[in-house]
Amino acid sequence: MRPENYQAKNHPPSNEYELNFGPNHPGIEGNYALQLKLHGDEIVHARADGGYLHRGFEKLMEGRLWIQNIALVPRICVPDPAPMEMCYSLAIEEIGGLEVPERAQWLRVMQLELSRIAAHLFTFGGHAATTGMYSNMYWGVADRDVLLDLFEELTGGRVYSIYNIPGGVRRDIPEGFLDRVSNTMDYIESRLPDYDNLFFTNRVFIDRAKGVGPMNQQQALEWGVTGPNLRATGLAFDVRRDDPYLVYDQLEFDIPTEEAGDAWARTLVRRHELMESIRIVRQVVKALPDIGGPIRCPIPNPLAWTVPAGEAYVRVESSKGETCYYVVSNGGDMPYRVHVRGPSSMHAVQVLEKLVEGCRIEDVAQIMFSLDACPPEVDR
Amino acid sequence: MSDIKYKDKGSILNPLKSWQFFGRKPVTEPLEPRLASKNYRGFHLNDWEKCIGCSTCQKVCDNAAITMIKIPSLKEDPVQGVRNLRPAIDYGRCCWCGLCVDICPTSSISLSREYVHICDQDTIDSYFILPDPQGMHDKFFGHGWSKSADTDLVDLKRQDMAELKAEKRIDNFAEVVEGFDKQQAIIEASRCVQCGMCHDSCPTHMDAPEYIRSIWEGDLDEAVRWIYKTNPFAHVCGRVCTHRCEAACSIGRRGEPVAIRWLKRYAMDSLDHERVKQIVAEGMAGSASGKRIAIIGSGPAGMTAAYDLVRQGHHVAVYEAQDKPGGMMRYGIPEYRLPYARLDDDIDTILSLGVELHLNTKIGQDISMQELRSNYDAVLIASGLHEGRSTRIPGSEHAKTVSAIKLLRDITAGKTIEVPKKAVIIGGGNVAMDIARSLARYQKDKYGTVDVTLTALEERDQMLADESEIREAEEEGVLIRPSRGPRQCVIEENELTGLETVCCTSVFDAEGRFHPSFDESDVCVHEAELVVEAIGQAADVGYLGDDVIESLEWQRGRLQVDDYGRTAEQWLWAAGDMVEGPDVVHAVAGGHRVAASIHEYLMGKMRKSA
Repeated sequence: MRPENYQAKNHPPSNEYELNFGPNHPGIEGNYALQLKLHGDEIVHARADGGYLHRGFEKLMEGRLWIQNIALVPRICVPDPAPMEMCYSLAIEEIGGLEVPERAQWLRVMQLELSRIAAHLFTFGGHAATTGMYSNMYWGVADRDVLLDLFEELTGGRVYSIYNIPGGVRRDIPEGFLDRVSNTMDYIESRLPDYDNLFFTNRVFIDRAKGVGPMNQQQALEWGVTGPNLRATGLAFDVRRDDPYLVYDQLEFDIPTEEAGDAWARTLVRRHELMESIRIVRQVVKALPDIGGPIRCPIPNPLAWTVPAGEAYVRVESSKGETCYYVVSNGGDMPYRVHVRGPSSMHAVQVLEKLVEGCRIEDVAQIMFSLDACPPEVDR
Repeated sequence: MSDIKYKDKGSILNPLKSWQFFGRKPVTEPLEPRLASKNYRGFHLNDWEKCIGCSTCQKVCDNAAITMIKIPSLKEDPVQGVRNLRPAIDYGRCCWCGLCVDICPTSSISLSREYVHICDQDTIDSYFILPDPQGMHDKFFGHGWSKSADTDLVDLKRQDMAELKAEKRIDNFAEVVEGFDKQQAIIEASRCVQCGMCHDSCPTHMDAPEYIRSIWEGDLDEAVRWIYKTNPFAHVCGRVCTHRCEAACSIGRRGEPVAIRWLKRYAMDSLDHERVKQIVAEGMAGSASGKRIAIIGSGPAGMTAAYDLVRQGHHVAVYEAQDKPGGMMRYGIPEYRLPYARLDDDIDTILSLGVELHLNTKIGQDISMQELRSNYDAVLIASGLHEGRSTRIPGSEHAKTVSAIKLLRDITAGKTIEVPKKAVIIGGGNVAMDIARSLARYQKDKYGTVDVTLTALEERDQMLADESEIREAEEEGVLIRPSRGPRQCVIEENELTGLETVCCTSVFDAEGRFHPSFDESDVCVHEAELVVEAIGQAADVGYLGDDVIESLEWQRGRLQVDDYGRTAEQWLWAAGDMVEGPDVVHAVAGGHRVAASIHEYLMGKMRKSA
């Protein structure tokens, strides 16, 4: 266009303005964006804008051998990778009729719960940081590191465990590992009063988070909300108890709930879940020495491994909600289709868009963190 | 549950609580570098002594991070199953999943506890590393993620092969090995990692990875198509091949190699013979070349050459002295190892392509070499080794001292033989086992007991026969006496009564030449009515005629040919046992080689004259 041809567009007079919140913004989780329309400080309209982390995981999986995907799936949710591996493996086990040995099931539960603790510590840190309390974030990340040390020992990798394989797990526990898990649990438990003092009973947090981004139980159910976000509206629904997988039916734990359904309630549920996860890990540590046997059922040569034609839909309770995989096999050596139904695609898109409407600009970040959405899982 | 609440009525001193943190270690303190855990998935290590370059790591790598690099200074030995390739890792792609470690057939790859690498400014690809036993920066940090028995992704155990029990097979010539069923074959085929070591080591370079894959996929037509690309004696090689492929199999490095031979047999047995013929007939040359080739001998070399040449449109005539085709495959291998019906199938398939077969036709008697020369454009000698060698010990000229080859020929031709009550075999190879086990069957049938003693020069674990042959012979009651050298046949009043042997202390001298030494104090006599010599075979080429024999080159009685099987005479080629020594699959390979050379010669000549 030549400059002389330029004509300014006439917009209707308005007090509203648009703001791109993200994709590179300290207040946003991962590379994710919200296109906000504001009137003063107040959000009039929000549109979720994802796709910055789209690497086509689902499509990539269709071109890789069944076993090769175990290295790919943990990348779909970096802060809490264990449920991703678990779901993928459980789906193949269901289609192929593989019997997972008992010891492997207990080891999987341990990995899932350790991963949940690590993910929750990360999330508090995030939520605290969005309300200006950075010490809590440093603590959360530092304490998560103690758990990553355990992952390093158990699975060989600190973040991407790649520990599950269809049929079981890849390695047994190293010597003296259970004692170290026990010590770490004691340590995390001893840190909880510090977190409470600094954050959860902090006037700043309570005043900032209470009443922000509320939803009621009916809305939550209509919007497909799961996990701690659903439990924060008073519904004690947890896949671990209501549709048990692995050995969760042999474990004792409570389902913490809150009634308020706001940002405060959601983060508080996670704080209570932390204690429940520590309880579960302690039960696993106690039980594991008496459970012998193999850690994996016999599986075929990975280069010549076909899964019988069929499909499976499996779900696992992750730190963020229900993580589900729909896997279809046409009998070949690669999946025909893998669909990842992560909780974040609901929480970060439709729920977040609705919750931020009407709230103030400074609360957008904390609403997102209180929902604990994970952008790569949205984009998968 | 919300017991965590803000306490409105706190102490005025509450803010001072934070002083306690002055006494604690800050969490933001920089961490000192530490050694990673024992199970850590760090940079790769590769033991070059163990690594055979099979490329399995490359196949399983989900990020295509592994490239196999040729290292010319390393030795390459297809027969041993060793390539001079070693994996190089592109750390721009690697995700440290460790699948390469878990699948490595040799367990040479492991991951180390090393995790720091800073790219060199001057070398832009300093992240592309050829792992060695020392690790990324020649500082050994110790092994991290490595493989143990219960985490192996390779199946080291082969499917059990059903065999007739010794008591069921000892008085008859029923086939011992029963073959895989479908389920077993698919599981066995699934063990293959497609490294292709078998292909490299096979004398005729059979496409074993491809046909194994086809069997695994359940596509037997395709499997047979792959098999026939390189070997028209699929039934035979599926049963009696010396299976060098299995010796080179990378799975065999730590476990039992893939049963490649039995898989080939399964594919052939499972497909209808008529269907096999249809598949083999695919891809025949459309028009006749007008060239005529005569082949002497219908053994594996001759018939393979006939198969190749007839497919290329030439007219091929095979001359066989015996009344049935097959050569040593029929007259040297007992039926319990190779049922003749299967051999007939293989030969029928080849003949169905249009090969002309003249049985009971002896060269030199029924038709002369000169006639062949004038009637045909090219002649191939593939008449094999049909004469037994003799130990020439005292008494070996006695009528009751016979050669194994001759006796086997009589047995397989269905002639009635005089079954000895006690027999002694000299020799420790497969032919010795064949005759020992054949005689054992006759004895069991006639006398109800087995009394065959087999004396071999070598020690038990050095014997030339296949381990399975030795084991099965022992199961059938053959007494194996290793480290015994024949001294003389004991003859009393013109009757053979036994064989005297001495202890053999070593077979080869310091330079590795055949030069047995004996312990003369350790002598023993094995009672026998019949002594069978199975110490080697020789060719009988008298039929060629003096003129032809004189015009050819010979060395120690063996016909000399070049790499393509060409003799000193331009119109004459030679292949098979008489060139390469006794072995079916080598003969097949030789047959292909000479067929290619003959075809080239004939077509080249045509091009010249045109």
